[in-house]
Amino acid sequence: MDYLKLASIFCAAFAVAFGALGPALAEGRAVAAAMDAIARQPEAANTISRTLFVGLAMIETTAIYCLVIALLLLFANPLLA
Amino acid sequence: MNSPLSSTVLFTIGPVPINQAVLTTWAIMAVLVLGAALLSRRLTLVPGKRQAALELIVATLDTQIVETTGAKPAPYRGFIGTLFLFILVANWSSLIPGVEPPTAQLETDAALAVLVFLSVIWFGVRSGGLIGYLKSFAAPNPVMIPLNMLESLTRVFSMFVRLFGNVMSGVFVIGIVASLAGLLVPIPLMALDLLTGLVQAYIFAVLAMVFITSAVEDGKPAPAEAKTTPSPPKKDI
Repeated sequence: MDYLKLASIFCAAFAVAFGALGPALAEGRAVAAAMDAIARQPEAANTISRTLFVGLAMIETTAIYCLVIALLLLFANPLLA
Repeated sequence: MNSPLSSTVLFTIGPVPINQAVLTTWAIMAVLVLGAALLSRRLTLVPGKRQAALELIVATLDTQIVETTGAKPAPYRGFIGTLFLFILVANWSSLIPGVEPPTAQLETDAALAVLVFLSVIWFGVRSGGLIGYLKSFAAPNPVMIPLNMLESLTRVFSMFVRLFGNVMSGVFVIGIVASLAGLLVPIPLMALDLLTGLVQAYIFAVLAMVFITSAVEDGKPAPAEAKTTPSPPKKDI
């Protein structure tokens, strides 16, 4: 196996591993803040949870970008073609 | 394991190759159009069960549009509602055995994102005129023109990668787990996929709505008393 393939596989794993770190921490903080807000103001729970879901999907997108990069490296790598 | 980025061609019509995602999209379109046509026949002032259920769907869509934009829902209901219902049905079509959701293919999501991009231009031009819409790129000052143009492209691109990545990763993970562990193990993941599909359809529609509203509001000529009245909070995404 030549080193390009090896490097691609390692980089795909690293992309997903480190790409999942940041969004995980960020989502934890976002959910904690939303829980805090709901506990303070239960009547605003609908608005808060709707905004929370939109925000979570936004944060998750960074992890998804890393996943797409990893899949590009594994399945559509221009260097290996 | 097949690459999630490629698609298998089923047959060709003339020079146009037709793959499974296109066929599924046609089926979903037929179901949605026929369902809407059949269900909305013989509407009456006092609704029956069928009409009450339909009105519930439309009223829910309207409430969401009003809460997101603060504007009247009528001009946006058709586009946003169709976008939401189509993506929802497409995401959930993975529940039918043998069907892969068309939103798990790059092409379908790219087409949906291009639709949103064009509709932002359309609604922006319609509310503020061509000049007003073009002026909105120079806000707050002309230095921002390249950045604003870049932003209008990248936000659409991120919408498309988000939808593709979420739906595709769901399908991919279920495929891997099913090939490793057998028949009943992926069921919790499929339940999670239902939630993801709903949330992603909602996000896509809400983001389209937010982009359209920001284009509409930026293109409008500023009213004289705009400084005294508090404007509705603009979601800057």
